[in-house]
Amino acid sequence: MMTNSRQLASTFSLAGLALASCFMLPANAAAADEQYAKAARNYDTYCAQCHGINRNGRGINSRDMSVQPRDHTDAKGMGDIPENEILKVIKEGGLAVNKSVLMPAWGNVMSDTEIREMAAYLRHVCNCGSGK
Amino acid sequence: MNRHLLAALGLGLIAGPALAADGIGAGLLKSQCIGCHAIAKPENTSLDRLWERKGPDLYYAGSKFNKPWLEKWLQNPVRIRPAGELYARHVKGGTKEDVVDESGMAPHPKLPKADAEAVAEALMALVAPAELVSKGAFKGEKVSMAMGGMFFGKLRGCGACHMAKPGFGGASGAELYTAGERLQGDYIYSYIKNPQQFDPRIWMPTLNLAEPDLQRLTGYILQLGATEAK
Repeated sequence: MMTNSRQLASTFSLAGLALASCFMLPANAAAADEQYAKAARNYDTYCAQCHGINRNGRGINSRDMSVQPRDHTDAKGMGDIPENEILKVIKEGGLAVNKSVLMPAWGNVMSDTEIREMAAYLRHVCNCGSGK
Repeated sequence: MNRHLLAALGLGLIAGPALAADGIGAGLLKSQCIGCHAIAKPENTSLDRLWERKGPDLYYAGSKFNKPWLEKWLQNPVRIRPAGELYARHVKGGTKEDVVDESGMAPHPKLPKADAEAVAEALMALVAPAELVSKGAFKGEKVSMAMGGMFFGKLRGCGACHMAKPGFGGASGAELYTAGERLQGDYIYSYIKNPQQFDPRIWMPTLNLAEPDLQRLTGYILQLGATEAK
């Protein structure tokens, strides 16, 4: 009897945890969406033309490009790029970090704050931490 | 008496351009075009406005377009930006790369000849302020197409977003093989030099080009129109 009620209690608490996590996951996702909303909007405006609406490097302009745009969902490739290089390449363009001229400088469009937000958003997209 | 004369002259100076701007074309602009285009400099230059506007701003059209092209295009409008404006609203994922989604694109109204001529006339009166398009900025020197092409493609990457010939190049920017017929040299020069001066949030980056490069690129784009389009 004792065991049964303990079992019942633990079943209930497990169910409770599962239920709670169901509510928590979307809440976290929604919070993340809100946190990155501005950067995502900037991404859709400036980056998606080459890096793609799915952030996979297959944008509308990528078909005829001699160097393919980076896949921002690639955790390994993105994780290897140091933070300061990400900030520099967005602000000053590919040539500034010995990469392709096809990546232009966005420093005249996005502010330094927006570029920092974009770098953080890219870490969120690649799910590859905060860099080195 | 003198004071009255001066006042009359003053009124004349003010009324002159106002009267010219009140013609049939200006009426058509105000009744048919302002739903999608700004014909006065917009106060709101936010990113939200860029996403919401339905067509390019026309408040500097007189310094941007060539009148014969405007007259022709307004009678038979064809798409200039392969992915429309703003491109991001007309793109969907494809099997390999993103593709243009034409479902949400509305065709531009076709105008009868007389209306097209009147509207072109009114648009040409919308001259850009001197700080936006500097008259005589493009020196008009002939450019080697081989050099220009290398510059446009490999060296500066313009082809990533723009097409220099039909069917090859990027789709988020305006096609440029018709630019020579469509655009004025001083506008091309000024726009490449600083696109954000025209629109602070526009999705064309500033390339920070040196003066000789700006001249070469402008000349190449103008000559593209004279060679490739025909």
